[in-house]
Amino acid sequence: MSTCPQYIVDYMHEYLDGDISREHEQQLKKHLQVCSDCQQHMHELSDTIAFVKSAAHITAPPHFEEMVMKRLPKHKNRVGVQRWFRQHPIIVAAAVFFLFMSATLLSSYPNDEFSFTAKPNLIVDGQTVIVPEGEVVEGDIVVKNGDIVIEGAVNGNVTVINGQYMASTSVVTGQIEEIDQVFEWLWYEIKDMANDFMALFEK
Amino acid sequence: MDALVNKRIKQVLKGDQNAFSDIVSLYQHKLYQICYRMLGNKQEAEDIAQEAFVRAYINLHTFDQKRKFSTWLFRIATNLCIDRIRKKKPDYYLDAEVPGTDGLDMYSHIPASEQLPEETVEKMELQDRIQYEISRLPDKYRSVIVLKYIEELSLQEISEILDMPLGTVKTRIHRGREALRKQLNNL
Repeated sequence: MSTCPQYIVDYMHEYLDGDISREHEQQLKKHLQVCSDCQQHMHELSDTIAFVKSAAHITAPPHFEEMVMKRLPKHKNRVGVQRWFRQHPIIVAAAVFFLFMSATLLSSYPNDEFSFTAKPNLIVDGQTVIVPEGEVVEGDIVVKNGDIVIEGAVNGNVTVINGQYMASTSVVTGQIEEIDQVFEWLWYEIKDMANDFMALFEK
Repeated sequence: MDALVNKRIKQVLKGDQNAFSDIVSLYQHKLYQICYRMLGNKQEAEDIAQEAFVRAYINLHTFDQKRKFSTWLFRIATNLCIDRIRKKKPDYYLDAEVPGTDGLDMYSHIPASEQLPEETVEKMELQDRIQYEISRLPDKYRSVIVLKYIEELSLQEISEILDMPLGTVKTRIHRGREALRKQLNNL
């Protein structure tokens, strides 16, 4: 066998792998007919394969499945949350957006400072804004942390935040609102934004 | 079968842990068989096969569902087996009797690569003899021979499972066959 070329053994393995070319197969067959050593080698290889293939099928022990299920991590919350984030990117994006939005809205929630929309013919007395009798104010008025007394007329909306609206014989062409709560304030801001938004289209 | 497996995988990913039991039930025998043939020990095979399923569960989100699940699962298992063989942990269950060997316990199996006296081998039952010869193969040949002739997988699949080029798989199978041939002839 030592005189036989190595490629004959290579061809044997190609043959056993089932990917031998027709050319190689013919060379191998020709050689095996004349060389009993190689024939023996080929037989031994085939027997080896048959030997391994005769191994009985092994099955997993009983309760194997049950044991695996017991070993699974029970509450992988972190993993669960990560997975949820991965699967719902839009909800996550919306939640983040909402978080920033509400932060912005809350930060504009009035602090304790008294302020109001400056108009030429308004009179201020302490923390009270007065629209004098006989005067007509053009446009909206917003008063924060103060009261408003209207004795004249307002050609627009009046909004009072953390304060009181007092009027007797006033004329207000727009809406009058008093806001005292955080949520009302939020609602007011959102409505305001929506109105601004609509105004863009109305132009 | 692949459609069913992918359906179960999606259920597991949505948080339904029980859907995983169907996956275990489908692959348990094949996976256990690979581990048993690689390790040659029932307790170790059971432990590693279970560990493979647990790892598959934990890393299920990394599995690409366009690919074959069994290939991915077998890869986890063979890697665990190879790790275990390399560590050569002394956690053999020495007193466990090998069935059908009439009192031949695991003491006679260590170290696995050491040759047993001829008379002992000749007295072995065929099935024990097969396992003995497989366990004597160097582990890089053992894995390809087990996947090729016990699991009857294609060379292409074996190359994917073991993450090595097709040419390397072929070379290892050729050498594995020659090594086995010599082992069998020596007796």
